[in-house]
Order: sequence, then C-alpha cells, then structure tokens
Amino acid sequence: MTTATVTRHGKHVLRALGTGAPVFVLLAVVLAALALTDPGFYEPDSFLSFVKRAAPLVILAAGQYLVIVCGEFDLSVGAVVTAGVVVAAELYGSFPDAPWPLVTALLLVAGGVIGGVNGLITTALRVPSFITTLGMMLILEGAVFFWTGGSPQGALPAAFRQLGRGSAFGWLPWAVIVCLVAGAAAMLLMRSDFGRTLVATGDSERTAALAGVRVARARIIAFVLSGVAAATAAVLVGGFSGVSAQAGRGYEFEAITAVVLGGVVLGGGRGSIVAAMAGAFSLQALFTLLNLQGVSGALESTVQGCIVIAAVGLGAADWSRLRRRRTNPSEGQPL
Amino acid sequence: MLTMQGVSKSFMGVRVLHDVTLDLEPGEVHALVGENGAGKSTLMKILAGEHTPDTGTITIDGTAHAFTHPAQARDSGIGIIHQEFALLPYRTVAENVFLGREPVRRGLVDRRAMERRTAELLAEIDVTGITASMLVRDLPVARQQIVEIAKALASDVRVLVMDEPTAPLADHESERLAALVRRLTARGLGILYISHRLPEVFGLSRRITVLKDGRRVATLRTADTDADEVVRSMVGRELTAYYPPRARPEEIGAERLTVSGGGNDRIRDIDLTLRAGEVVGIAGLQGSGRTSLARALFGATPFTTGAMTVGGRPLRPRRPRQAIRAGIALVTEDRKTEGLALHQSVRDNALLVTRAVPPRGGPPTGREITALLERVRLQARGEDQQALYLSGGNQQKVVIAKWLAARPQVLLFDEPTRGVDVGAKAAVHTLVRELAREGLAVLIISSELPELIGMSDRILVMSEGRLVGALPAGADEESIMRLATGGRRGGQKDAA
Repeated sequence: MTTATVTRHGKHVLRALGTGAPVFVLLAVVLAALALTDPGFYEPDSFLSFVKRAAPLVILAAGQYLVIVCGEFDLSVGAVVTAGVVVAAELYGSFPDAPWPLVTALLLVAGGVIGGVNGLITTALRVPSFITTLGMMLILEGAVFFWTGGSPQGALPAAFRQLGRGSAFGWLPWAVIVCLVAGAAAMLLMRSDFGRTLVATGDSERTAALAGVRVARARIIAFVLSGVAAATAAVLVGGFSGVSAQAGRGYEFEAITAVVLGGVVLGGGRGSIVAAMAGAFSLQALFTLLNLQGVSGALESTVQGCIVIAAVGLGAADWSRLRRRRTNPSEGQPL
Repeated sequence: MLTMQGVSKSFMGVRVLHDVTLDLEPGEVHALVGENGAGKSTLMKILAGEHTPDTGTITIDGTAHAFTHPAQARDSGIGIIHQEFALLPYRTVAENVFLGREPVRRGLVDRRAMERRTAELLAEIDVTGITASMLVRDLPVARQQIVEIAKALASDVRVLVMDEPTAPLADHESERLAALVRRLTARGLGILYISHRLPEVFGLSRRITVLKDGRRVATLRTADTDADEVVRSMVGRELTAYYPPRARPEEIGAERLTVSGGGNDRIRDIDLTLRAGEVVGIAGLQGSGRTSLARALFGATPFTTGAMTVGGRPLRPRRPRQAIRAGIALVTEDRKTEGLALHQSVRDNALLVTRAVPPRGGPPTGREITALLERVRLQARGEDQQALYLSGGNQQKVVIAKWLAARPQVLLFDEPTRGVDVGAKAAVHTLVRELAREGLAVLIISSELPELIGMSDRILVMSEGRLVGALPAGADEESIMRLATGGRRGGQKDAA
C-alpha cells in the first residue's frame, strides 16, 4: 500500500468520525489513565465487568441519539428504567413462575408504547418534546411511587437477572453481548434509508418533508426506539443491581451528556451514533477513574455538569473555526 | 472618497483575494460583479470590518483605516445591506432603525423622538407606505429592505454596500429600488452594488469592477462597455448563446399533467397542461400565486377544488409523497431551507428523495448517483462534502440531482437560478433543456424575465391567483408585464 492511499484512507476515517473525533481521543486518554491508576483494569475479568457496567448507559445513549438527531429530547428514559425494574418485580410478585423471556418482551413492548405516546404527543399535538418527556418522566415517577409506596415489593428471580449479571460460557457477561448487539443494530439502523432520512429530518424538517419523508412517523419511530432502549437498559439494571425505586434515577441526563460528549449537536442533523456510544463509554470510564482516584461519588453529577457544558461549548467553538476555513471561495475541483 | 488599495486576504493558507484595488466617488454607483466565489463577499466583509485584510489599505476621505470590528466600519460611515436582513421581526420599524443607538431622555428610550426621526428619514428618501410604528414582520420583503437602508442612513453612512439587493424582489419592486438608489446617490452617497443581474447593473452604475478568482479583472466605465464584454471578463470565455434552442413542435409529446378548475385559498380557476418535451414558463409578480401553484401541483399546499391528472391518471396529490410517486418533482425557490439538508453530504442529499420514497425501479446505485452528479456538472471536493460548503450554483445542482434520482416525469422549478452565478446558470439552463428533450414535462417559474423568455416554449402569466394569459415562445417583456400587472398601473401599487 502506498503512502497516498494510507493518507486517503486516514482522511476517510477522520471524516467518518466527523464531529465525534474528539470523543475518541478523550476515551483513549481516560482508558490510558485508568491503566496507569489501576494496573489490574485490563485484566479480562475487570475490563469486561467495566463494559458490563457501561452497557445500560451505552444503550440509553444510542436511543437518546436517535431522538436528539431528529431534533428532539427524551427526558423520560430514566423514569422508564425505574418503572421497568419495578414493574418486573411486581409482575414476579404476582406470577412467580413467569418465564423470563416473556417478562423481558413485555417490558420492551411497554417501553416502546411509552416512547410511542411521547412521539405522538410531540408530533400530533406539537408539544415540544422537552415538555412531553419531562411530563412523562414525572408521570412515571409518580406512578411508581404511588404503586409501591416508595419501597417496591417482590424480588427478581435469578433467571431474569441473568441478562444483567450473568455470563455466557462462564466468562462473557450477557450484558456485554446485549450491548454489542444493540450497538451493531444501531449502527446498521443509522446506515439504512430510515436512519439517513431521520438525520435529514433533524437537519431540515422542511427539506425532508418536501422530499417525501414522513417526518412525524420518523420522529415517532425514534421515540419508540428510545423507549425500547430504555426498557432494555431496565432489564440490565434490574439484573445487575436488583429492585429499587431509584434504579433509573439520573439516567436521562447521563444519556444526554454522553450523546453531547459524542459531539452530537442538540437540535438535530449532526453527529454519529458511534460517537454517541463512545461518549457513554467515556463518561462511564471517567466515573470509574474518579472513583479509583478517591473522588467522592457525590461529585459525579458535578463532573457531569462540567462535561456537558464543556462539550457543547467546545463543540460550538470548533465548529465555527471549521466553517470559516471551509467557506473559502475555492470551490474545489469537478468530480 | 473611498479607496481600497492592494487588498489581499488568505484563509488557512488559501489566497481568496489577490491585490484588489477599488475606489468609489461620492454620488457614484460602482457595481461589483463576478461569479460566486470570485471574492466579492470577502472584499465587502473586509470593508465592513468583518474580516481584517492581510495586506492593503482602506482610505476614507484621505484617512487610512484598519478595521478590526464592524462597529469601527460603521462609525467611519460604511453601511452594508446584506442579502439576509439583520432586522428584529417583532420590533417596530423605528426600533430597528435606531437599534443600538436609541435616543435617550432621562435614562429612558425616547420612543417619540425615535419614531419622529424615523418618519423624517423615510420622508427624506421619499418612501411611502411604511410608518415608524409598524412591526417589521408585517412588512413585505421589499419594505424590510428599505428599513435596512433607513437603518444605515440613520448612522450617517457615506458609503453603502448593497449585496444582491434585488435577489428577493419582483421586477417592479426592483425598479422602485433602483429609483431609491438614484435618490441616494443624488444625496452624495457612494454605493457599492453587488449583483448578478447585468441589466440592472447597466441601468444603475457609473463603473463596473469585475472580480474573478480573487483578482480584479477589469474596472470599466459602464457607458463604454456592454453586457458581452462584462460577461466575457467574468467567466473568461464567450457565452455565445445564453439559452439553448427551444423545442421543435414535433418534440412536444403527450400530456403529462393536466389541471382543470384547480384552486385553493391562494389560487383559483387554474387550467393547465404540461406536455412531454415542453418547457412552460410561469410569469407573474411576487404574490401573484406562482409559488402557490407549484406547491399545489406538488401536493405541498394541495388544491382543494378542481381535477388533476398525472401521466393520464386522475390524481390530485394531497401530500408530496403522492406527487413524488406519480413522478412529480419540485425544485423550490428557497434551496437552503427547503431544498437541502445543509449539514448532510452531497451524496446523502442526492439520495434523500429515493430513500424517503423508494422508486419503482429500485433505489439508485452509488454509480448512478455519481453519474447524476457528473451530469449536473457539480463542482465539489467530493461526494462526502457537506452541502453547506458549496456555492449557490452547486447547491442548486445537488437539489436537481436529488430529484433526477427519483426519475420524474414532471419537473417543477421555482426560481431555478436565484442566487446562482453566471456559469452555473448556463449549466442549469442547458440541463433543463436536455431533460425536456428526453421527454420530461418542465414548468419554470422565474422573476427574471429574460430567463423566462429564453427558456420557455410557452409562457403563462399569473396575476392575483389566476392564470390570466398565455403567450407563445419569445414573447416580449412588455406584453408579459402588461398581463402580469393585470391592467393595473404597473409598479404603482403595493407589492404585498
């Protein structure tokens, strides 16, 4: 291979990473720092358990990306995670012998329905999704609290918790497999016609509508998928840490932080899903690093706040510099 | 009065202006022409203090200036009317005119003084129909532009830069603007006038400077030159025929689209037939319903009455998807918000329609898209370049490619060459004619009469929501305008 093809290839990769490029650098830096802090971090077991812990956030970030890239928000995902865990526990309380695939499937469908409601209210009634999903979050939180009186009853059987805490072949956590499958599905989705029209919708709704894109339908599907992603995360979280009325607390903002960290522009139309998921890994790795460094866990949300502001701030600065460089009048060569 | 001497500017190592020299006398309109990307905007932004030149000087009345901020340029008497107006829509005319320089009395904004002085200012330049207390958002585009001009005058400008001022205007509004420009120069203002429209450049200017590839090619006295010479220096080649030859009668074939008695709340009594191989032009003033007609045919703002057939089958599309499936394409007048997803790549834009509405013959292959982009003569760094960074002409080519990918039977163009440079314009014209020759039915809406006349095999004229007349190929501007103004005294009435 000649140098020319190598550089061209390199450029291609850079362009594919697009605005997300900084997040991969960040991820590499944090992972390197982790290796220095904790020499055991890259032992297969401890690394896989790190990925396992990151899996729910990665899946939530992928779902959140779909909603953000078409110009919306989904603040209800944390509440969906909590509701999912609690509902599963209550279900098992009433039907202790329910097969786990059925319960899991029910949760995924319920998550999709909640997303569908979010999407319908946002598109048909034109309620800004920020409000719709904030309302949905409060409704779900209230409903869970009302239903459980603050301390959920019932326990999740080992079979159901297997996905969240068990391992295949004795060494590969199921959560890692779920994460990989969800990640691959998300990437394929974003390369499909639907994925591309979804991004175009976020970029310019009018252009998309006049090109024949069913923009309302596309957005509703994005909300549905975000709801399904949240339910998937609920299954993992429930398996991993058991039943709690706080199971999903804060996940919505962690997911948004992860997406923003991935260089995805709020308002839609720009950014890649791979970068969004890398953002989730970076965030999880950063939390792990801080934890290892002995920084109080109480500061997690402070760190997250700094990150989200810095990511948007730096993203904006970068972008305007890029633009100025590229709008020079030499219009390039003919194709 | 104003001299820019030896101005050069590079961005990230790319030279965009080479040693450009330009001067302006009081009371003069000095036109600046050149293809998109020739460096006009950069030169004007340097004058306005938005960019700092690498070398070169700006001298105003013998004083050298080095602007590092737009406010300095404004304080030195330079005003700019950008293509996109910088007005606050929910504020009054007076508030906009005095934005940032509000007269103050006892610590509070003196609204009465502000409105009085705005009214005086508008009276001074002989503008009627605008009052100081109107909200800007309630004004039509032509009037908003006048507010921009008044805003510049309120800060005592001596040099006014106008960037494509007539692009958003219909012909009769352009004439009124020309009259206003003459009144301004009579008051001693010097005007730098950027325009793609040569007739208006020749009508207004005393001198014409041509830029090409960041260099000044020529500064000509308008009286001593002609359009051919200017175009030659702009493109560096002869444009022998501006427009490709029209369709011969035997090239015009079957009916592709018919409407009878079509109407909605904007337009009525529309009877229209588009045939394979034929280019039909729609003329009319702004607000006459031309765009509404195109949008109705495309199902974007559907007809509510009347019958329509597409390809011989009855279909009155209620949404764009139906129209697209039936083989109709619409190139809208506003390509930035309706034609392109600006942050997506050229390829993603070109594929948008076929991804949204899969065509019967299967989706286009990557090779077909590449061939299409070549066919529209797109000039870009590559197919993954973002549409945002293309020039207006190349953006328009991407929009056209996007529709061609869907293999349409009927092509509707709303202002196909607005804000497009001369070279790209010719390319679009040639392409449109080629497509007609291949059997597509084409409809063109254009505010530029020479374009409409040059391209159309038949011209329909709209006025007040109705088709009021049909003229054969080669009809003259006067008969079109007579129909378009509908017996009213053209140009006297409100544009809205």
